[in-house]
Amino acid sequence: MPNLKDLKNRIASVKSTRKITKAMQMVAAAKLRRAQEAAENARPYTERFNAVMAGLASAAAGSDSAPKLLSGTGSDQTHLLVVMTAERGLCGGFNTNIAKLARTKAQQLVAAGKTVKILTVGKKGRDQLKRDFGDHFVGHVDMTEVKNVGYADAQNVAKDVLGRFDAGEFDVATIFYSKFQNVVTQIPTAQQVIPFEVPEDYEAPDTLYDYEPDEEAILADLLPRGVATAIFAGLLENGASEQGARMSAMDNATRNAGEMIDKLTIEFNRSRQAVITNELIEIISGAEAL
Amino acid sequence: MQFDLVSPERSLASMDATSVQIPGADGDMTVMSDHAPTITTLRPGVLKVESGGTSHEYVVTGGFAEIGSQGVSVLAEQAVAKGDMTQDQLDAMMDDAQDSYNRAKDGGNVDDAAKLLADMVAMGGEIGLSPKQPSL
Repeated sequence: MPNLKDLKNRIASVKSTRKITKAMQMVAAAKLRRAQEAAENARPYTERFNAVMAGLASAAAGSDSAPKLLSGTGSDQTHLLVVMTAERGLCGGFNTNIAKLARTKAQQLVAAGKTVKILTVGKKGRDQLKRDFGDHFVGHVDMTEVKNVGYADAQNVAKDVLGRFDAGEFDVATIFYSKFQNVVTQIPTAQQVIPFEVPEDYEAPDTLYDYEPDEEAILADLLPRGVATAIFAGLLENGASEQGARMSAMDNATRNAGEMIDKLTIEFNRSRQAVITNELIEIISGAEAL
Repeated sequence: MQFDLVSPERSLASMDATSVQIPGADGDMTVMSDHAPTITTLRPGVLKVESGGTSHEYVVTGGFAEIGSQGVSVLAEQAVAKGDMTQDQLDAMMDDAQDSYNRAKDGGNVDDAAKLLADMVAMGGEIGLSPKQPSL
């Protein structure tokens, strides 16, 4: 039987763990609200941007002079996987789920004889993919210093990706991130950004637009921005997902700590009772012997 | 006529406007209600909105404007109310433009980058800040 002092210490330690997880949960809840707001504020831009871009792209898709970002390089031999994860752990399966999706995709591509290159955004994804795909890494974007994701951060990632594309380093780029559905559900998602894909449910609007300068020039201007917009949207979704996942993970941890404290307290009381009973028996039997 | 100005991070303005002057890539254009549906890219410049007797001015760079039957929406990569624009922000934008020009010089579209830089300088002058002299 563990002695009383040990039990007391364990209860105290679990209690302080519970305090920490409780605090982390509350911090995550506050951050989640801010992250969700940021994601919502960005939505009008992304929606309108994608609508216009889909219109232009579906019109230009067939033509020979379509920009490479739309028509592709004519091959799909080399794939770039941009894996966007968090910088911190303790957020349930958030990082693992994204890494798992990226790993499955990478394995499929390798099995099909394609060349895979991986660009990681966020430390956790890098750590998880290092063992299996460490030699496929081509770069890493550090986000440790970034408190609130801004469009400039997405632009930096996009610049890196587009630079590699212009240098002919890859043919197809896919971004991996987690879509925020609600606090308990985050859906790891893969989205192809280069070449640009017109969404399947896209319907051409009735309005016929005039274009200034002309359609092709606008498209050439918008496509690189589209990559940044997609990455930005992904980063924002990730931000909300991370906080949501951390919040529910910490909520679970707090509850588990509570259960553990209850169990330990019962055990502590039992052993204390046993000690008292023992003492009584000793006293009584001592008195009887006289 | 409905006017919306959105940047990737947030929506900056949404109001009923009588006229909007847009710094289009091919030149300024003023939009009033029942304008023909048009999509134009933006050059760095100042966007002027007339709304109920008051006028609002915004500094915008990069992006496009969509003029539809309901109104105008301007999607700008960077958009700041003119009064909030600081010298630091302008300097940062100038550095960016200079960067892309330098990159364009070794194999790229030099003309476009040079125009971007020149537009930046013109914009700086227009909003009363002193733009750095670009090195071409």
